[in-house]
Amino acid sequence: MFDNLSDRLGGVFDRLRGRGALSEADVREAMREVRVALLEADVALPVVRRFIDAVTEKAIGQDVLRSVTPGQQVVKIVDDELVEMLGGEGHEGLKLDVKPPAVVMMVGLQGSGKTTTTAKIAKYLKEKHGKKAMMASLDVQRPAAQEQLKVLGEQADVATLPIVVGQQPVDIARRALEASRLQSFDVLMLDTAGRLHVDEALMAEMNAVAQVASPAEVLLVVDSLTGQDAVNVAQSFSGEVPLTGVVLTRMDGDARGGAALSMRHVTGKPIKFAGTGEKLDALEAFDPKRVAGRILGM
Amino acid sequence: VGTAKLDDATLDEVEDALIVSDLGPAAAARIRAKLSEQRFGREITERELKETVAEEIAAILRPVAKPLEIVAFPRPQVILVIGVNGSGKTTTIAKLAHWFQEDDYGVMLAAGDTFRAAAIGQLATWADRLGVPIVRGPQGGDPASVVFDGVKAATDQGIDTLIVDTAGRLQNKRELMDELEKIRRVLGRLNPEAPHDVVLVLDATNGQNALSQIEVFKQVAGVTGLIMTKLDGTARGGVLVAAAEQYGLPIHAIGVGEQMDDLRPFDPDLVARVIAGVA
Ligand SMILES: Nc1nc2c(ncn2[C@@H]2O[C@H](COP(=O)(O)OP(=O)(O)OP(=O)(O)O)[C@@H](O)[C@H]2O)c(=O)[nH]1
Ligand SMILES: Nc1nc2c(ncn2[C@@H]2O[C@H](COP(=O)(O)OP(=O)(O)OP(=O)(O)O)[C@@H](O)[C@H]2O)c(=O)[nH]1
Ligand SMILES: [K+]
Ligand SMILES: [Mg+2]
Ligand SMILES: [Mg+2]
Repeated sequence: MFDNLSDRLGGVFDRLRGRGALSEADVREAMREVRVALLEADVALPVVRRFIDAVTEKAIGQDVLRSVTPGQQVVKIVDDELVEMLGGEGHEGLKLDVKPPAVVMMVGLQGSGKTTTTAKIAKYLKEKHGKKAMMASLDVQRPAAQEQLKVLGEQADVATLPIVVGQQPVDIARRALEASRLQSFDVLMLDTAGRLHVDEALMAEMNAVAQVASPAEVLLVVDSLTGQDAVNVAQSFSGEVPLTGVVLTRMDGDARGGAALSMRHVTGKPIKFAGTGEKLDALEAFDPKRVAGRILGM
Repeated sequence: VGTAKLDDATLDEVEDALIVSDLGPAAAARIRAKLSEQRFGREITERELKETVAEEIAAILRPVAKPLEIVAFPRPQVILVIGVNGSGKTTTIAKLAHWFQEDDYGVMLAAGDTFRAAAIGQLATWADRLGVPIVRGPQGGDPASVVFDGVKAATDQGIDTLIVDTAGRLQNKRELMDELEKIRRVLGRLNPEAPHDVVLVLDATNGQNALSQIEVFKQVAGVTGLIMTKLDGTARGGVLVAAAEQYGLPIHAIGVGEQMDDLRPFDPDLVARVIAGVA
């Protein structure tokens, strides 16, 4: 459905080359193509604007205009800048070197993949880092949410906090902390209910949980299919709790995943993992290079 | 409120606002072009401008606004609910069941998601709250056999509508899409008309990928209508405009919350006004 960016830019520059040397205006025309490509990939508009400004400045300032293959040069500048903005080289893992239990709190919109990702990360910490992890669900909203985490715990062979019907999130968090101290768990994973960033009561509750649990990591779980709303989500969640990172789920889909750029740019926090399936081992380190290519449709 | 001549800068603003509502760059550009054709250089207030945009969008959406009605004869009317992971299928089923109950229809649910942890428990909790029967199989069992049992039970018991839950699946997963095709086939075994409705549930927070979801689910599962969820947030669901232009599929309803009474009929004028920023 989408032309890839090289083709698109190639077309622009082919047309322009017929008219002689490239000018600054020509670069700007090419950037209009890049802009559309990014919007089609669901990068949020304000982020697209800033990105285009940054890249335009670089492209004009360098020797692109006089080069033999200006189209390719511009694509390279765009790609490099995108990789850089997505986090550059090197994977940032979880920072759990605190007095145990290190609390990891998962937050995000409804249905973004929090519960599944909670179990994936617990399993990963257990298998790859030999950590003893416990999971607790603070979701008293969605029917069978606590049961869901319990089942996932059984599948991953990770302990879950026993369910006490009727207990509220802050109290569950306290009980989970107590239990993981007593049973010397290294890590406590707190799964929370999905919430809309405009829901003040639930946002306040999330904040209250964070106060009680003083998490070492607060991960915003975001669906890679997310559209322009990514900016609102990123701003509201990072305004309410001290986010330390982002997890992008459903990267096994065919979405271009522009939300990655929006999230990274608006929160300023690293994207720590990518979810790549429904199974509990479908968790990968986030790869900026690959995602940049995908956003550009290359 | 002052008027000003409609110029390129203002048109740019309109186009940007449409993009922020998830219309996508192409649909946004088309609406901009139309506006420009009709009004460029003429005096217009901001209010009039927004109303004009809303009217353009409403004109696209009105033809696809169509409620989901129980009309099948013989009964039951089988409604298959499908979509990507986490879009709101199971919750929407509870809302639809509640909706039909209010009109005194007999409703039954079928727990066709045997894959996701506690998906059956989730639907069963809703069935319990609604006081409607549910047909379920074992966790990890064959969804096709559960839905077959569902059609049989609903037919035997003279139920008006059977609503079938399915596991979430991304449209690029071949195997899972094949499974859906099989579920569809098996639903038709006892009653060749079934499923009467194939409802694709779209998450309003999704962006342009929703179009690919419609395209593929339509091809594989014969989608007959759409419901968009999570419109109670700040996402405006502008992708519905592009969807209406490209696919013309009926839009039945929108979800505006997590409770069973949080389903609204699809009102094209209201949605258009929200997208245009008038409402
Ligand atoms: N394909 C795919 N599916 C995923 C991924 N992560 C989660 N899911 C699925 O997405 C759906 C929702 O996941 P959950 O973990 O229940 O999401 P949640 O954020 O906890 O949902 P709420 O608690 O209702 O807000 C489930 O069907 C999961 O199996 C992923 O990386 N890829
Ligand atoms: N705010 C809001 N939340 C909704 C709406 N519809 C569903 N949800 C929430 O979204 C989350 C996912 O909903 P489900 O009904 O479990 O979604 P699903 O498509 O069945 O998910 P899977 O079966 O895992 O693919 C839950 O937390 C629901 O409460 C809506 O209209 N508004
Ligand atoms: K979603
Ligand atoms: Mg959950
Ligand atoms: Mg479901």
